[in-house]
Amino acid sequence: MKVTQGTFSYLPDLTDDEIEAQVDYCLRNDWPVSIEYTDDPHPRNTYWNMFGLPLFDQRDPSAIMSEVYACRKAFPNYYIRLNGYDRSYGRQTTALSFIINRPKYEPGIRLERQNSHDRTQHYSLKPYSSDKPAGERYGSTR
Amino acid sequence: MAGTKSNGKKGRWASGVTPYAEMGYYEPDYVPADTDIICAFRLVPQDGIDPEEAGAAVAGESSTATWTVVWTDRLTSYERYQAKCFRVDPVAGTNQYIAYIAYNIDLFEEGSIANLTSSIIGNVFGFKALKSLRLEDMRIPPHYIKTFQGPAHGIVMEREHLNCFGRPLLGATVKPKLGLSARNYGRVVYEATRGGLDFTKDDENINSQPFMRWRDRFLYCIEAVNRAMSETGEIKGHYMNVTAATMEDMYERAEFAREIGSVIVMIDLTVGYTAIQSMAKWARANSTILHLHRAGHGTYTRQKTHGISFRVIAKWMRMAGVDHIHAGTVVGKLEGDPSAVKGFYKTLRENKFAADPSIGLYFEQDWASMPGTMPVASGGIHAGQMPELLHYLGEDVVLQFGGGTIGHPDGISEGATANRVAVEAIIQARNEGKDYLKEGPEILARAARWSPSLSRALELWKDVAFNFESTDVPDAVVTPTY
Repeated sequence: MKVTQGTFSYLPDLTDDEIEAQVDYCLRNDWPVSIEYTDDPHPRNTYWNMFGLPLFDQRDPSAIMSEVYACRKAFPNYYIRLNGYDRSYGRQTTALSFIINRPKYEPGIRLERQNSHDRTQHYSLKPYSSDKPAGERYGSTR
Repeated sequence: MAGTKSNGKKGRWASGVTPYAEMGYYEPDYVPADTDIICAFRLVPQDGIDPEEAGAAVAGESSTATWTVVWTDRLTSYERYQAKCFRVDPVAGTNQYIAYIAYNIDLFEEGSIANLTSSIIGNVFGFKALKSLRLEDMRIPPHYIKTFQGPAHGIVMEREHLNCFGRPLLGATVKPKLGLSARNYGRVVYEATRGGLDFTKDDENINSQPFMRWRDRFLYCIEAVNRAMSETGEIKGHYMNVTAATMEDMYERAEFAREIGSVIVMIDLTVGYTAIQSMAKWARANSTILHLHRAGHGTYTRQKTHGISFRVIAKWMRMAGVDHIHAGTVVGKLEGDPSAVKGFYKTLRENKFAADPSIGLYFEQDWASMPGTMPVASGGIHAGQMPELLHYLGEDVVLQFGGGTIGHPDGISEGATANRVAVEAIIQARNEGKDYLKEGPEILARAARWSPSLSRALELWKDVAFNFESTDVPDAVVTPTY
C-alpha cells in the first residue's frame, strides 16, 4: 500500500531534479525548507523527526539537496518529507510538504473495529509496521 | 413645538410627514467615523423621487425612522442613532444609483448577525418609494468584527488538522442527491476518498428522508471514511449534513457525528443566521470543521438590481463563523462572473484589503486577524478544467466535484484519482515556474500518458464548458468608491 500523504503522492516519484525545482520554488517564496523522517506513517503522526533545524539561512538549492541526500543516506528505508514553511503574517504554517523517500515495502495500515453501542464502531488505525519498536520497523536498516 | 419655518418649510419636529432627507438622514457633508458600519446600496427610485431622498429613506427606514414624525425621537440623542446617507452616485448608462449610508456602531448588538441584518435589510427592501434595492457591500469596522467569533477553525487550522498543504483540497458531492440507501451511499464515499479525494459531501437537501435516515447515513459514511484512511494513510472526511428542523435536532446529529469521529459537519444557509452562529460555536467547542452550503442564496443574490450581493453574504458568514462556504467556480455550471468571484474569494480569505471596484469591492476591509473561511468551488467542474480552476481560485479552496468524480466511466475511485493527478500535475508545473494556464492542456495530456484514470476523464469531458453570460457582474463603468 502506498501512503499518499503530501502534496505530490499521485505523481510518479519526483526525480532529484524535480525535487530541486520545488526547493527552488520554496526559496523564491522565501519559505525556509526543512527535512523530516519517520517510520510511523500513521495519518495522525504529526511530529516526524527533524533532520536538523529548518534551513532558515540556506539560499542555495544544491546545498539543500545535499541535506536531502544525507537524510536519505542515513535513513534509506524511512519516510522522508520535504517541507516549505511560510512565516508570513496570516499564514505562519506549512506551505508545501511532500514525500521524497519511502520504504521499499509499505505493508499498510490495519483498520481495527470494536463493536460499540447502537451499531456504532470504534475505529482505530494501526500501521502494520508499528508492531515493532521505532528504529526496527522497515527491515534491519535504520 | 416647531411648526412652519419662516421659509415656508415644515419644521423638523412638526407633526406629519417630512421628507427623510430633511430629517437628517441625508448629510452630504458627513465624514464617516472609523467605527461606523458603511453600506453601499444600489437603488432605483420610483419616478419623481430624488435619488438623495431615496437614499435618505433607506437610511431612515434601516435605522430610526418611521413614516411620520414622532416626538419621542426628542427623548434620544437621535443624531447619533440616525443612519446617514452621505453620498449618492449615478451608475452611468442606467437608472440606478449607488447610495452610501453610514451607521453608528451603537445601532447593532455585539456579535449578532441576526441583529445586524434585521436593521440593514429588515424593512427597506419592500419600500414602495423604490423600484428596486440591492445591498452591494458593507464596510465592517474592526471594532465590530472583534465582537464576532469568526470561523470555528479557519483555513490554517483546517490544513494543519487535515495535514494537507500546498494544493487545493479536493471533494465530491455524493450523487444522485436523493434516493440512495445508506449502504449504497457509503459506497460512493468510500470509493471517492480512497481514490484520492480529501472529502465527500452530503448535498444540501440530504437531511433525514424516508429512503435514508441521518443516523444510518452517518454510520455508513464513517465506515467508508475510515476504510479510505487505512488505505491511503491520509486524513479523510465526509461533510455530514446536520441541517434539521430544530436546533435540538441539529445538535443531536452533530453530537453523533463528533462521537463517531467525523472531522467535519455541514449545515445549509437555509437554517438561518442564528442557527449558523450556534453551530459555529458548537464546532469550535467540539473541534469539528463547519461546512456551509449556500442553499437558497440565488433567490436574492443573482439579480443585479434587487437583493443582496453574495459578497455581503460571504462577509456575514465569515463573521458568523463557518469554516467553508460555497463561493463560485467561474468555470462550472452555476452563476459566477470571474471578477465578481475574485471579490468573493478575497472577502473570505484575506486579512485586509483595499477597495477594488473592478472586482466589486466597494470598500476596504480590515478583518483584524479573524481567520479566513475556505471557499468551496462546486457545480459542474472536472479534471480538464484544473488549470483554469487554479488560475482563478488559487490554492486555498476546496474543489468540489460531483459528476466530475462519480461520472467517470471506469468508476468513482478512478474519477477521484483523475482529479487528484490533475491537481498535483498542475501544482507541480506552477511551482516549476511554467505558464500552467497556457500550457495546461499539454501538462495534463503528459500526465494522462501514465495515468489511465486522467486519460479517460479528459477524453470524456473534453468539450464540456458552461459559457453563459453572467447576470451579476461589477459595473462596466467602474463605480467610484466613497
